[in-house]
Amino acid sequence: MNILKLLDRLSDDKFFTAEASRLDAITNITNFGKKAAVASIPLGLGVLMATPVKAETTTSSSAVFATPLIDALQLALTLEYLEDEYYRMGLAKSGLITSAADRVVFSQISKHETAHVAFLKSALTSLGTAPIAKPTFDFTVKGAFDPMNDYPTFLTLAQAFEDTGVRAYKGQAGNVMSNKDVLTAALQIHSVEARHASEVRRMRGNKGWIELAVGGNMPPATNAVYAGEGVTVQAGFNTATLFGAEAGSAAYDEVLSGSDAAAIAGLFIV
Amino acid sequence: MISRAGFFNLFETELKNNIMKKTISVSNGAATLDTNRRNFLKLSGVGLALAGLTLVGCNDDDFTMIDNGNVFDLGTGDVGVLNYAYALEQLEADFYTKVVNNFYSGISAEEKQIFTDLYHHEVIHRDFFKAAIGGAAPNSILPTLEFQYPGVNFSDRNSVLATAKALEDTGVAAYNGAGKYITNPDYLVLAGKIVSVEARHAAAIRDLISPRTAAFSGDDVINAMGLDLAKEPKDIVAAAGSFFKTPFTWKERGI
Repeated sequence: MNILKLLDRLSDDKFFTAEASRLDAITNITNFGKKAAVASIPLGLGVLMATPVKAETTTSSSAVFATPLIDALQLALTLEYLEDEYYRMGLAKSGLITSAADRVVFSQISKHETAHVAFLKSALTSLGTAPIAKPTFDFTVKGAFDPMNDYPTFLTLAQAFEDTGVRAYKGQAGNVMSNKDVLTAALQIHSVEARHASEVRRMRGNKGWIELAVGGNMPPATNAVYAGEGVTVQAGFNTATLFGAEAGSAAYDEVLSGSDAAAIAGLFIV
Repeated sequence: MISRAGFFNLFETELKNNIMKKTISVSNGAATLDTNRRNFLKLSGVGLALAGLTLVGCNDDDFTMIDNGNVFDLGTGDVGVLNYAYALEQLEADFYTKVVNNFYSGISAEEKQIFTDLYHHEVIHRDFFKAAIGGAAPNSILPTLEFQYPGVNFSDRNSVLATAKALEDTGVAAYNGAGKYITNPDYLVLAGKIVSVEARHAAAIRDLISPRTAAFSGDDVINAMGLDLAKEPKDIVAAAGSFFKTPFTWKERGI
């Protein structure tokens, strides 16, 4: 199935507000692997189980139904597949990451992304859903970039991927909060991506945090990664009053909707 | 902040289980969702036990509740979690305020910039929680706490960096462990917006300590499944307890 169609549902307000409105009613928190959890979701969503996704044969008219929780995990898995493959390729490419110290950094990042893929696959499986298949990636974006031959470009896209990951996970918090184990795990992955992002940004001479809506020496193609990061009002509180807009905006990372995150990932999917 | 008259009104507040109707507006920023239906911070489970407190040192800015047999309880439900976050942000803000008011000897330009940014961010976080909780649950907000730093040498780079690292890692683990206790999705998003910044901080501090190594995201905090720490409030308060001079409880979370 086209990942963008699958994930379009994440921007479907009906699903999100349905999720939110039932939160008041949910008192029994489910654990990983309890299929009964899906059945307990009101509004009939529980009877709509996700079916195994076959990328080659499924059309947009196929009835693939899943809960926002499942969709969120599939989106996360897609992003982790992307990062996992990207770093494996980069580390394996002879002559690309030549600094021993940088190899240590990217080996650590790569190790985590590989672990995240495995973790999310097992989470989906334990929830009774087949994990989405790994897409085919093109990190050159049809020749626009050359990350595997140009190290600065490799670093640039790495920063984009990590900053995207942070925002994407954040955007799914509401969709996974019904399952406390999934929520906690998502938070635990989300903060790791933020650590990655901070490190890669600093390797590129940027601050570890995002000020205004500026990525920091990033190509226009990555504007979507930083759009909306410059906000300086949080729940009615003006965060720029004390120390200015840079500090106020940097103190908070912003969400990315599921469809926005999917769109960014989609740039790199064949 | 609370007026003297308002403080004494607290003695008349009875414990309720009703949902507080007071709301503040929420902006969801870049989210593409329809936020109109969700522009409320609703609080539930507000509880307060403040009988027999002595008002000490009331000045124009704040007051400190002194233990007179009773200690401030962070509260129940989402209010408790918000106060918990507020307590930790107060600690971080206090620490970095001390750091920037007297930078350690030999501090580099980069380090000065980083600590100044961290000071800015944590003070903003602290004041945000003060405003948010003060607006939505003014009778339940955690007062301004006092802190202490036993064994910390603010004029020593290693000591300051090690303490900063501990505080940031603790913040990340605290938010990660408390997320599941939040019932309002808007609060969860707000907590999410903050925790990733704390993680960015943590990585930067760790990188200052051990530059261009795996430390930024070390195996001491990230496990074999690639998961960062998530700690229960009880464990966080036990670990960070030595910094808190003003005591507090959080009975709902066993503290």
